[in-house]
Amino acid sequence: MTDTPRARKRTPLLPGLLVLSLLTAGALFAPQLAPSPPAAQSLENGLAAPALDHPLGRDRLGRDQLSRVLYGARVSLGIGLGTVALSLMLGVLLGCAAGYLGGPVDFLIMRLVDVLLAFPGLLLAIALAAVLGPGAGNVVLALGLTAWTSYARLARGEVLSLRRREHVLAAEAMGLGPARVVARHLLPLLAAPLLVQASFGVAGAIVAESSLSFLGLGVQAPSPSWGSMLNDGRSFLLVAPHLTIFPGLAILFTVLGLNSLGDALRDRLDVRFPG
Amino acid sequence: MLPYLSRRLAVLVPTVLGVATVVFLLTHAMPGDPVDIMLGEYAQAADREALSRRLGLDRPVSEQYLSFLSGLARGDLGRSIQGDQPVAELVTLHAPATAELALAALLIAITIALPLGLLSAWNAGGAVDRLSLAGSMLGVAVPNFWLGPMLVLLFSIHLGWLPVSGRGGAAHLVLPALTLGTAMAGLLVRMTRSSLLEVMGEDYVRTARAKGLGERMVMLRHVLANALTPLLSVLGLQLGGLLAGAVITETIFAWPGLGRLMVQAIYSRDYPVVQGCVLVIAVTYVLVNLLTDLAYAWANPRVNFGDDDD
Repeated sequence: MTDTPRARKRTPLLPGLLVLSLLTAGALFAPQLAPSPPAAQSLENGLAAPALDHPLGRDRLGRDQLSRVLYGARVSLGIGLGTVALSLMLGVLLGCAAGYLGGPVDFLIMRLVDVLLAFPGLLLAIALAAVLGPGAGNVVLALGLTAWTSYARLARGEVLSLRRREHVLAAEAMGLGPARVVARHLLPLLAAPLLVQASFGVAGAIVAESSLSFLGLGVQAPSPSWGSMLNDGRSFLLVAPHLTIFPGLAILFTVLGLNSLGDALRDRLDVRFPG
Repeated sequence: MLPYLSRRLAVLVPTVLGVATVVFLLTHAMPGDPVDIMLGEYAQAADREALSRRLGLDRPVSEQYLSFLSGLARGDLGRSIQGDQPVAELVTLHAPATAELALAALLIAITIALPLGLLSAWNAGGAVDRLSLAGSMLGVAVPNFWLGPMLVLLFSIHLGWLPVSGRGGAAHLVLPALTLGTAMAGLLVRMTRSSLLEVMGEDYVRTARAKGLGERMVMLRHVLANALTPLLSVLGLQLGGLLAGAVITETIFAWPGLGRLMVQAIYSRDYPVVQGCVLVIAVTYVLVNLLTDLAYAWANPRVNFGDDDD
């Protein structure tokens, strides 16, 4: 998906960093920033429209929506980072093994990748989440177990193109084992493309978590996830559209920010991104 | 071309077998005994045993796997637990709605993206280009489970132009297709633009200009014709994405397709139906990709039919 360089200026780094810091700050300082605890109910004020003391309005149970959006940042960021950590670990491990060892190891791992890639988009993650049952840990598991393939393909490709470099051959000649050659002499060279891929990965995982929670297969009731807030708001679209508008905006800005951060990193680290 | 075709078809079989295996493993690890769910926890032991035998759950897993595979080979996807219908029948009943939705979304995406991408490439770096790129970033980032309700809010509730949900005439199709097609349109704008820009820099385009061909002729004959081929392979991949995205879009709009069937089956733990839906969607995706690759190879004489498998 690379655009030709002559027609494209570098994506600015600042907007992406700004969104990421806002998101992190919101998640870390949710208890200080939130006007009230995210689960504090006030049934007589259910579905109240945005007002000065509750700028984003209240939900069905009268819970302050600003507080829930802030606490929701914790869920999104936590699951986003957890998912990327899991899939990065699996993907790098299996991708490096495939690329470096070659032969039957490569064949088996890549056939597994092929089979997993035969399930489009979130389909497998939805099925897996349904099997595992709801909860934040299971969401990370369902998303991580299905998202590692892109990192594996990336790592394998890079290792294949780098493994005949002189410094790698020198390390092998000195008698270093495969694990050490990969960890010491190949992994550092993979850091840049993996970092770019991971920043898009966090955005993807945040949307995926919201999708699962929207379907009721993700994070469960008292915990405020933007996706489950959207699901709750769906029945009140006519009387309380604020329940749908604000959590969605939170997702939209987060994804826009993280995607532009990924673009900016890609432009700066000179990564030729695989399609 | 013929060896290429046979090689691609040969890979198809193990892939489909792999997909079927993953699906089988998935649903046989589902929590909650389906027998309990269907009969309630206080059912008579004899009834539970009878149902378990009817579903084949009393047999060893390996035996269940083999009969699952041999059923597939005969086009038998098992029976639904809830409605006691053949799953294949349910799937056939719901597939046309999903196909209709996905094709409409594809059409909308192409209708939006081709002209925008063309304008963008023509004015690369200009105001139109920057605006359309910003729009495409937005289109890619907006989650469909938010866009859908927002469109309903605007077009159904405030303006009253279109129905809120359900399947019916063309009016029912507009909002779901727009919801599903927007992300793809965003991606396609960028792809169209970069593909066009790449071709516009080719020597043969300069030659065409140099021999005095008008700009419109150059764009149509030399640029567009060559830039569209790589887009074809993207379209195939994206159509698969639409099939998966349809799960959420169909849920929002109560669209009676495979995605909604699957989600409802998940809620009622009707695992043969979940299994059937996942399987049919994945195999359709594999076949669409195969067809796109073949069409691409046919349309692009530069495709290397050699032995690189990437």
